Amino acid sequence: MKKGLNWLLLLGVVVLAVLPLVLVQDSEFGGADGAAEEAIKEISPTYEPWFQPLLEPPGGETESLLFAVQAALGAGVVGYAMGLYKGRLDKSKK
Amino acid sequence: MNRSRIVSTCLLVAGFVFYFLVNEPQTGHAMHIMEGYLPISWALFWWVVFLPFFILGLRSINKIVKEHPEMKLLLGVSGAFAFVLSALKIPSVTGSSSHPTGTGLGAIMFGPLAMSVLGSLVLLFQALLLAHGGLTTLGANAVSMAVVGPMVAYGIYRLIMRANGSQRLAVFSAAALADLATYVVTSIQLALAFPAETGGVLASFAKFASIFAFTQIPLAISEGLLTVLVWNWLQSYNAKELSQLRLLKREETL
Repeated sequence: MKKGLNWLLLLGVVVLAVLPLVLVQDSEFGGADGAAEEAIKEISPTYEPWFQPLLEPPGGETESLLFAVQAALGAGVVGYAMGLYKGRLDKSKK
Repeated sequence: MNRSRIVSTCLLVAGFVFYFLVNEPQTGHAMHIMEGYLPISWALFWWVVFLPFFILGLRSINKIVKEHPEMKLLLGVSGAFAFVLSALKIPSVTGSSSHPTGTGLGAIMFGPLAMSVLGSLVLLFQALLLAHGGLTTLGANAVSMAVVGPMVAYGIYRLIMRANGSQRLAVFSAAALADLATYVVTSIQLALAFPAETGGVLASFAKFASIFAFTQIPLAISEGLLTVLVWNWLQSYNAKELSQLRLLKREETL
């Protein structure tokens, strides 16, 4: 039934992610650590963070590696489960 | 039926137009509260709020695993889904990026308490390895993402199902609103900790919400769509366990 629907859903997600890139030109789309920090500094200029992260990725590359690992692990588990469920279903149908 | 569809399409278009008009590009950091960025008293306060939910969540998961060991994999899928979605930093119309939370799916299937554990594991991973979020702010971030988000998801889902709405609509709205609620709570938490000199907590809230919540609107829609996608898969490949879960929940509410 919903094969078409699933593709539409994926298309929707892609469009929602690409649209901003096209519409908003002068931005780096920083999720960069900064703006909430800046907002806090504006409101309360004397505030000092009192604790530092124990481990910090040395740079953007390592950070994106770790994010990719996180996504891959999760997607692996979801894919494994879906494959297993589908196989089990196919087998029980026979 | 046809007329209501036309009206809702028009509303949707109007909503988007309004949204794009109101939002001027700005750079924002629309994610969890960073390490050390909550004063000690607030950090402690949110940890204290979070812990009871975590303990109840552990008990809920233990119960599920003990009574229905076959559900373990589905529980794993709920956690893994949150893992994937919180790793996806997606650009948004405000000119900054943020990531969805992925907690709605598990909350719908296993109830909100189970997600308080799974969601905080995701946060712990990001705090320890990615310096994203933090240990001191984990309590606050967990309350927004792992407690309030899943509760909203569960509530919305029940509400729509009880009103005999379509199941896909219920799943979509639950996931999308849970995502939004998470970042509204984050804004409240920051506003409480950093009230503006003029205007106090409310003025701060407006400021933080414009950074956090606005960026999140398109992402919330994406999260809703992705959750329905996985829901469809489960529905076609594992309808048996899904309906078993429904029975489980009915037993609990009786």
